[in-house]
Amino acid sequence: MAGGAHPDSVVVVGAGQGGQQTAVSLREHGYQGRVTLISGEDALPYERPPLSKAYLKDGAYLRGDSQLWLRPATYYVNQSIDLVAGTVTEIDRAARRVRLADGSSYAYGHLVLATGSRARTLGVPGAGLRGVHTLRTARDAAALGAALAAARRAVVLGAGFIGLEFASVARESGREVTVVESRPRPLARVVTARTGAHFTRAHRAAGTRLLFGQGVAALHGDRRGQVVAVETADGRRLPADLVLVGVGAVPHTELAAAAGLPVDDGVTVDARLLTADPHISAVGDCASFPGPRTGNRLRLASVQNAVGHARLVAGRLTGNSRPYDELPWFWSRQFATTLQIAGLDEGHDREVVLDGGPDAFSVLLFQGEELRAVESVNRPGDHLAARRLLHRPVPLRPAEASAPGFTLKGHLLAASNG
Amino acid sequence: MPDITYITVDGTARVIDVPVGTSVMRGAVLNDVPGIVAQCGGNAQCATCHVYVDEATRDKPEPVRPDEDDMLGFTACPRTEGSRLSCRLKVTEALDGLVVRLPERQY
Ligand SMILES: Cc1cc2nc3c(=O)[nH]c(=O)nc-3n(C[C@H](O)[C@H](O)[C@H](O)COP(=O)(O)OP(=O)(O)OC[C@H]3O[C@@H](n4cnc5c(N)ncnc54)[C@H](O)[C@@H]3O)c2cc1C
Repeated sequence: MAGGAHPDSVVVVGAGQGGQQTAVSLREHGYQGRVTLISGEDALPYERPPLSKAYLKDGAYLRGDSQLWLRPATYYVNQSIDLVAGTVTEIDRAARRVRLADGSSYAYGHLVLATGSRARTLGVPGAGLRGVHTLRTARDAAALGAALAAARRAVVLGAGFIGLEFASVARESGREVTVVESRPRPLARVVTARTGAHFTRAHRAAGTRLLFGQGVAALHGDRRGQVVAVETADGRRLPADLVLVGVGAVPHTELAAAAGLPVDDGVTVDARLLTADPHISAVGDCASFPGPRTGNRLRLASVQNAVGHARLVAGRLTGNSRPYDELPWFWSRQFATTLQIAGLDEGHDREVVLDGGPDAFSVLLFQGEELRAVESVNRPGDHLAARRLLHRPVPLRPAEASAPGFTLKGHLLAASNG
Repeated sequence: MPDITYITVDGTARVIDVPVGTSVMRGAVLNDVPGIVAQCGGNAQCATCHVYVDEATRDKPEPVRPDEDDMLGFTACPRTEGSRLSCRLKVTEALDGLVVRLPERQY
């Protein structure tokens, strides 16, 4: 069988959320072969979401990365998961071996690429100055936390999730904060205008300056190479002693490409998350997979996606092969707002808003008569109900959702009892 | 450090010293207590760290707040009087002696 179940050994490249979960799930499924988890970072596998949130608050980063660990060190020992520190530099597909930078090599029955992504950098003059940060790893966060402690004025480039989450922490820590975004509103590609407007209000109410529709021309430094200002495309000069560049992430596809595997936006995999080589799978941020509903290529960067992919691949390697069809979900936290998104907005033509009191609402996104996604702001119950509705799926038409007194939970209960 | 007792599905009890300032969820994850998934890492996003607080120790933790209350309606195993999300059980000295039972499944 192609991508045969029960290989004698599995090597996982990358020990982030997806790679770690692959190893964990293999053992949970009773896999008895050798499992090698190769980590390019010198830390036990850890979670990234707190890096732009709680980890930066009140010096939490000073207590070290153990508070982020997905499992304790003893877990890997007890489960016979070989955690190897090193960077894979080559996949030899013919010999079924990976080679590491230190010259060592590991043979695999099956290889899982879980290489994640890196922060995109800015191609403007001054981008390499001291005081200019990106945020991807625990080490990045520790450097950013230390810089924040010493900074007075922070400028954030990009109003995406990581940029805005950091902006809220910086503002809560009493720093002067300016966010510069080239699009006309925050989170433009990922949330509706209604939800975006909520975040615009929240940041402005906290005293953060938001500049939309504004590009960056250059970063300026002093004689010692420390950043002192950001120059916008229209010539404004924003004083800064700390700059966070939050302009997206680029998947790590180089290893796969060099091994001759097809790569589009990410490593190209089929509905079962298998690459063109039946002995190699890809999961998480680095994988470009066919969307379960449309077949359109998707590359998602979220905990749910990494964990869902990992579980599916571990299942396949232990004899349960099926196409990936998990419902995507995501969250973000800024100031007192928790945003949760269930489903995926691949285009919608109608929005129905459910009001849930001050600063709390859900936006239901419909394409025609079909519910596609739900954004919930400070409405965790709506979010979990939406996940169930979208997963089953339970039909919901825009007209029903617009009726007075409608609730997602009520609709779900009615469908379960009916 | 407060002692917290975790009783897994097979009835095994483990007493763990959990540091103040962390959560009952972290205490389980970092000590390899099976039965807590905590997919979202303790951010009250996923309702996969459900526990049942033993009746005798039910008044130790702070009461359920609205966001947790909402989420407890969506746990994989049924909600009962003692149901809590363990990521929302912040560890303080007041939790010393807390007993929690793990549910059969989390998702
Ligand atoms: C600051 C921040 C905040 C986030 N917040 C949220 C959130 O609130 N909610 C949410 O759902 N998601 C959030 N995410 C996204 C989520 O963390 C990622 O989608 C998830 O970590 C992806 O898992 P992964 O395993 O695909 O990649 P990663 O977790 O990035 O792991 C990839 C690992 O592979 C290693 N690697 C790469 N190449 C090699 C090689 N050649 N050899 C060896 N090792 C290699 C890397 O060093 C890295 O450790 C956040 C991400 C960041 C950075």
